[in-house]
Amino acid sequence: MTKIRFTINGEERTAAAPPMKRLLDVLREDLQLTGTKEGCGEGECGSCSVLMNGELVNSCLVPVLQAEGAEITTIEGLASRVGEGEQLHSIQLCFLERGGAQCGICTPGMILATHNLLERYPKPTLAQIQEGLAGNLCRCTGYIRIFDAVQQAATYGKR
Amino acid sequence: MPNSHQIVGASPLRKEGRAKVLGQARYVDDITLPGMWYGATVRSTVARGRIRSISFPPQIPWHEFTVVTAADIPGENVIVHLGKDHPCLADGVVNHPDEPILLLAHPDKAALPAAVAAIEIDYDPLPAVFTIEESEAAAASGDAERVIWDQGDEPNVFKSFRMTTDHSDGDVEAAASAFAEADFIVEGEYRTGAQEQLYIENNGVIGEYSAEAGVTVSGSMQCPFYLVHALELVFNLPADRCRVIQTETGGAFGGKEDFPSVIGSHAALLAMKSGHPVKLCYDRSEDMAGTTKRHPSRTRHRTAVSKDGRLLAGEIDFALDGGAYMTLSPVVLSRGTIHAAGPYLWPHLTVRAKAMATNLPPRGAFRGFGAPQSLFAMERHMDRIAKVVGLTPEEVRRRNFLATGGHTATGQQLKDKVDLQGLLTRALAETDYHRKRARFDRENPGSTIQRGIGFAAFMHGAGFTGSGERRLDSLVEIELASEPANYGRPRILVSSTEFGQGTNTILCQVCAQALGMDYEEVLIAQPDTARVPNSGPTVASRTAMIVGKLVERAAQQLRTTLVASGELTQDYDSAAFRVAARAYLAEHGQLKVSARYAPPGDIFWDDDNYRGEAYPTYAWAVYVAEVAVDTVTYTASVTDFYALQEVGKVLHPILAAGQVEGGIAQGIGYALYEKCVWDKGHMANNQMTNYIMPTSADIPPIHVHFEETPTVHGAFGAKGIGELPIDGPAPAILNAIEHATGIAFNEIPLLPEDIFERMRESLPETPRSGSADLEPAVLGAALSEAAR
Repeated sequence: MTKIRFTINGEERTAAAPPMKRLLDVLREDLQLTGTKEGCGEGECGSCSVLMNGELVNSCLVPVLQAEGAEITTIEGLASRVGEGEQLHSIQLCFLERGGAQCGICTPGMILATHNLLERYPKPTLAQIQEGLAGNLCRCTGYIRIFDAVQQAATYGKR
Repeated sequence: MPNSHQIVGASPLRKEGRAKVLGQARYVDDITLPGMWYGATVRSTVARGRIRSISFPPQIPWHEFTVVTAADIPGENVIVHLGKDHPCLADGVVNHPDEPILLLAHPDKAALPAAVAAIEIDYDPLPAVFTIEESEAAAASGDAERVIWDQGDEPNVFKSFRMTTDHSDGDVEAAASAFAEADFIVEGEYRTGAQEQLYIENNGVIGEYSAEAGVTVSGSMQCPFYLVHALELVFNLPADRCRVIQTETGGAFGGKEDFPSVIGSHAALLAMKSGHPVKLCYDRSEDMAGTTKRHPSRTRHRTAVSKDGRLLAGEIDFALDGGAYMTLSPVVLSRGTIHAAGPYLWPHLTVRAKAMATNLPPRGAFRGFGAPQSLFAMERHMDRIAKVVGLTPEEVRRRNFLATGGHTATGQQLKDKVDLQGLLTRALAETDYHRKRARFDRENPGSTIQRGIGFAAFMHGAGFTGSGERRLDSLVEIELASEPANYGRPRILVSSTEFGQGTNTILCQVCAQALGMDYEEVLIAQPDTARVPNSGPTVASRTAMIVGKLVERAAQQLRTTLVASGELTQDYDSAAFRVAARAYLAEHGQLKVSARYAPPGDIFWDDDNYRGEAYPTYAWAVYVAEVAVDTVTYTASVTDFYALQEVGKVLHPILAAGQVEGGIAQGIGYALYEKCVWDKGHMANNQMTNYIMPTSADIPPIHVHFEETPTVHGAFGAKGIGELPIDGPAPAILNAIEHATGIAFNEIPLLPEDIFERMRESLPETPRSGSADLEPAVLGAALSEAAR
């Protein structure tokens, strides 16, 4: 067991885990952050995407040791807390309003990938969106409503 | 009448959408119960054989594990679907690779893989078959050992149908003379491959057991009451002691229709023997290797056609590869048989259909359910007919389309308005089809990129086939919520499940519209068989139409009851409704109303002769695909896609378009990317790394348009929509590829290597040596030759 220190969603956290345990499992099992999903376990589907030091990573491919000292944002860290509830991040709101989420299992990863995309391209072209999200698979939507949600989110700018 | 603002036809927010975008929705793998153990499955490594011995090497501390074998099953060792041939756990023999033999459970998930790998199973192999042809040959051999399934009328045949328009001797003679005298006889053979549903959430469940309560299974699924029925047999328990709860489900597409009966029974067996709740969630490779796929198919057409392009008579042989057990193959075959005729008027047609046994993991439900296979054949064959007769693909279809009042191949008169001519006219106009076709013909010669445009016309029957809805006898309830937080709000109680397609949202819309109140006020219960009635399985594009209609009726009854009680006036809003509902609850304690399926009086189906109303109604569509075939890389890609469909009333335009777009993406994958590679019956590419589904970068612009002709059979006129969009893309794309390349490809998936093979064949002999034939300019010239 290795003690890992990192910042998750703005909060300093520690976890005691075998150093090669997947970041995905540490998030889900040790920290109960189950919003991060596993789809394939081999870095193909992107359902386990989280932001690590601002980069989009597949948490199923990250040994937790590599996350020592890192700043990590999961889907749970995107909305702002308002009293007992949450205020949706503009990306979450656009996915909700535009039909970008169907079954919802790819949605947390897709939203974080969008967050990363909009950091790089605040006003992305359709081609940039298609390329930027190509590491996140969705079997329900055919992606069209997701493109729509991303374009809508881009109009909100940075919060 | 209550306030009249339109909820049906608007696009309110998805009911469970907020939880999904927040990452708060709880899927089965997100749930941990106190004292919970984890399960794993030990599977066969041979396609067919007798189990000689099973040994447990001593390096594993087996006393820590629970091991379940077929001998631990308290009831019947069977997963019941339509038959009882499918064992819950293999007992003595295995009939396909990856067949479950043993189950293990352990408190530590990490201890399981080594234990599964350590178990040694020896087999006496038996001869196996892996294709429709091998299955046919084994059946014809007369060698009993080569026959792999013999529980029906014919060896290796799960089910066969003969559907014909010709019943009298006179009809049969007329069909024969149509063939004898036709200007053209057009023949063709068309094949489709297996397809993985590839929901992003794998199959998974949690089983629980107690002597008093019986069995409880929670998990990812479409049809909770199917699983109840399976558990009744496996555990020899009455239905009221087999409880099933659907958790948030991350995609299904049919892949969670029949399969949860397997994994659900397994988890419950482990729970019973271990004395702990047991979570059994497959990883991706196990899910792909061990669960169902779309049935591969072979369709042979033989068609008598007049020189003016009229279909005079047809014979269609339709065969499905069903895998090792029957599962749902007979009903997949049934839908495929009926849809084999396409949207055309056939003076004479005979379809002979059969589902064959092979030593592959059982095939099961997948969106479209037989129709994508037989419609692929029909719509490719129509382009072939056009070519032979010398008409355009458009004209040959126009001369044969079904229309209002016409009769389908089952003799069903089409009473709802059908306007395929209008759909085709609009689709071709909006895609600028004629101009593009001419332009591509002009520009392709000499170009390394060959462009093409093609289309498919098709239909999809909504609801269960034939007498299915009568047998389901679905029941829907609406109650007034009595818990303090929601006191007085209407709550829909159905077993119809949400797995992305929008069940929760559209049923609440229908309820809100029928009650004349705000959508946000309406609740829908989590499907839990201890709480909800059986509104039927969530399959067959039946939810919006059949279940929606029942919700509409139940809501009307709720309103009538409240009005009759004097608590509600005829004119009210949401606030007034809640006041009235609370007053009613205060006085009476509870209110629950129900609506049961009432078969329409004019719907009749004769299963023996395959005649009558095959479906209450049909959705109709014309899809147009534009493609580019790169003659350097041999890659075909879809560059633009247009989808026009008539689906009755569109309840929720955003969800409906999402269904169509998602179905088209899956259809593009079916046509061009998704190939299951089988190695002696085992799926060799059981990973997302090498089973390729479309990504965001592979998707063309998709233009979705609806025509709305309301039907009396559905809620506010809605028809089914979920499956229709998987039927059209593959034939439209291959028709476009034929236009682009001049080569008739008749098998999917069509991968670059397949295109490469055929393009090489079509090259002239001389430049074939060396690398000159790969030089684009040379190839381009050769292609234009082939296209001429």
